[in-house]
Amino acid sequence: MTTMAQKPQSQAAGPVPAPELTGVQTITFAKALTLAMSDAMTADTSVLVFGEDVGTLGGVFRVTDGLTRQFGEERCFDTPLAESGIIGMATGMALNGMKPVVEMQFDAFAYPAFEQITSHVAKMGNRTKGRVRLPLVIRIPYAGGIGGVEHHCDSSEAYYVHTPGLTVLTPSTVTDAYIMLRDAIVSQDPVIFLEPKKLYFAKDTVDLDALRARYAPAATAAAAETSIGKAVVARQGTDATLIAYGPSVAAALAAAETAAAEGRSLQVVDVRSLVPFDDETVAAAVRSTGRAVVIAEAPGFASMASEIVARLQERCFHSLAAPILRVTGFDIPYPAPRLEKYYLPGVDRILDTVDELQWEDS
Amino acid sequence: MTNHPEFLEYTGNAGRAEGYLLPSATPVQLIDQDGTPATAGGYKENYSLPDAAVLLEGYERLVVGRRVNEQANALVRQGRMAVYPSSTGQEACQVAADMCLRSSDWLFPTYRDTVAILGRGVAPLEVFESLRGDWHSGFDPHQYNTALPTTPLATQLLHAVGVAHAAKLRGENTVVLALCGDGASSEGDFHEALNFAAVFHVPVVFLIQNNQYAISVPLIHQSVAPSLAHKAVGYGMPGERVDGNDLAALLAVLGHAVNRARNGGGPALVEAHTYRMESHTNADDATRYRNAEEVAQWVPKDPLRRLKTYLDDAGLLSAADSERFAAAAETLAATLRDGLNTETSPDPAELFRYVYSEPTPQLREQSQLLAAELAAGSANLEGALR
Ligand SMILES: Cc1ncc(C[n+]2csc(CCOP(=O)(O)OP(=O)(O)O)c2C)c(N)n1
Repeated sequence: MTTMAQKPQSQAAGPVPAPELTGVQTITFAKALTLAMSDAMTADTSVLVFGEDVGTLGGVFRVTDGLTRQFGEERCFDTPLAESGIIGMATGMALNGMKPVVEMQFDAFAYPAFEQITSHVAKMGNRTKGRVRLPLVIRIPYAGGIGGVEHHCDSSEAYYVHTPGLTVLTPSTVTDAYIMLRDAIVSQDPVIFLEPKKLYFAKDTVDLDALRARYAPAATAAAAETSIGKAVVARQGTDATLIAYGPSVAAALAAAETAAAEGRSLQVVDVRSLVPFDDETVAAAVRSTGRAVVIAEAPGFASMASEIVARLQERCFHSLAAPILRVTGFDIPYPAPRLEKYYLPGVDRILDTVDELQWEDS
Repeated sequence: MTNHPEFLEYTGNAGRAEGYLLPSATPVQLIDQDGTPATAGGYKENYSLPDAAVLLEGYERLVVGRRVNEQANALVRQGRMAVYPSSTGQEACQVAADMCLRSSDWLFPTYRDTVAILGRGVAPLEVFESLRGDWHSGFDPHQYNTALPTTPLATQLLHAVGVAHAAKLRGENTVVLALCGDGASSEGDFHEALNFAAVFHVPVVFLIQNNQYAISVPLIHQSVAPSLAHKAVGYGMPGERVDGNDLAALLAVLGHAVNRARNGGGPALVEAHTYRMESHTNADDATRYRNAEEVAQWVPKDPLRRLKTYLDDAGLLSAADSERFAAAAETLAATLRDGLNTETSPDPAELFRYVYSEPTPQLREQSQLLAAELAAGSANLEGALR
């Protein structure tokens, strides 16, 4: 009866500094996230990382790989298997001066924590009339395209964007993975940080020194400008605007590439910050072309995509040459691996929809 | 809550209520790891070795279960299946779960319980439909009195309580057995399920297959309770610990809990001590969090070898039996191989068919869109997976 009742033991040896990557490097999206956390933990000792399997294993996607080694078990640790417990404890820790960056293992496994997120995390600032800020980051691998089994591919953003008080971010590039996670950690508000799983192993070459310089204590105001609330134009174009975020940006860019070969110039906007939403950049992009298609993986009914369309109709009505259309997931539970290709918004479906934008010549 | 005889008997006896609820000091074992009969541990001397015929049937099921695990692993390696959470080393828990239930009872399994699900008689290819990625789950729970395996941890335990409660209200003589892992015992739903089961005094038995790890997290980081079985006490039901690699002990302990539930004795929690011999799934790398020596310690405790030694020594296992069991295992393996090597193409139209009992107008539209794309040949969706 006694064998189990010992104190939990340390799995890793004491903290050891990780070999530091500097300068221009080709890294994965996952590695950019790891570096964002380790740099933030170095800069601010109140930053903590915890969740299921984030310690010894480094997370099921290895996004927290090495953090326990680098910072010790007090700053990156495994919790018991209980999402409500993780978010609830993070809330208390944030109340007491820490900055938890917690991981939910997969989109659908955050649902047991929904009560904590919607009733407490999102509302703390409001309930205290701003006396309490809740600087915590909830990282959630989300969306599909990886052949995952049931409950591993949900696009759950609508639940979070519908909850006032939460900042909701989703990067689509390696650079943004780094910048946006660091900005999320700096933020004084709770952030839902949605990581498109299918991008984890995407690679890009980035200048780490330049990225880090944004967060140096002496950084200029311009360099330190936050990505929160800022959409970006990912590709210039003149005929129509494709608006996408997270996992769908790649499909939008691929569609624009194909369209270019066929003589049509499509602009692509990466929304990246779902809440706060950058009305200005997105509306300006749509006004510049007069036609728009919104692309997202989540079911389209009552979705982020619906919200974007509504906002654009309000702001750009007089500049529109055609109704704004959507290409989204169907209104069905995310399908099994061998059927997901029929579900995901792909190049063909996007281009077919672009063709419906009431072109004069058609 | 207080309406069953055991409870009254002990509470009438000052100081013994806890004794009745608490698990035995060490996991109950009836056949030790060398295959020799062990004296039953703990206070419940009513645990005795099952009959030879029962042990033989159990051994056959173990042989078949092991073969299923091997075959499924091979099919993953050949790319025929997306993923397989292996239960090699844990088969005895699943076999015992099946054997202590009647076909009219209910089983609530998880993703790792393929062997138990097959043992309930679910058609093999229906079980593997989800593992190969054709559809999420998909068999008819009522046909087999077996719930769909759940992935969100511990959530099924509450459903089990609900089925048991309904059975009680409907006057059915049904017992429900719900499986979960050690990690799942940390989830809120686990605790809510135990409490509901005890408060409503329903015929449900919870079996924790404590295989020592929740993916990478060892039990010591999951719970520092004296044992997981001890958790039962706080909710007012008995807990028991059993050697999860000893089929005889599992049959005795689970059998006792099931009978007790069937006779109106209410819920119980059983913790089986076992080990996950392989990685969590094929996507996992167990060498990151446990070492070879630890795994090696569990090899001699193998549930198949142990029971075989016992049966051999007692002269209960004939060569003909062994051949028959091996043949049954091969037949099932061949069914899986043939089934999974046959190309299927799941029908995209089905995507829309089962979301509502009547498709919404929007779903009809979306299904027409997909049909048109397929007809135009443009739904080969290459870009979709980029
Ligand atoms: C609510 C929820 N959170 C997280 C997960 C991801 N996950 C899948 S299996 C697993 C470990 C489960 O361990 P345990 O309960 O001990 O069962 P075992 O896999 O060992 O059989 C985790 C964390 C999940 N499936 N559900």
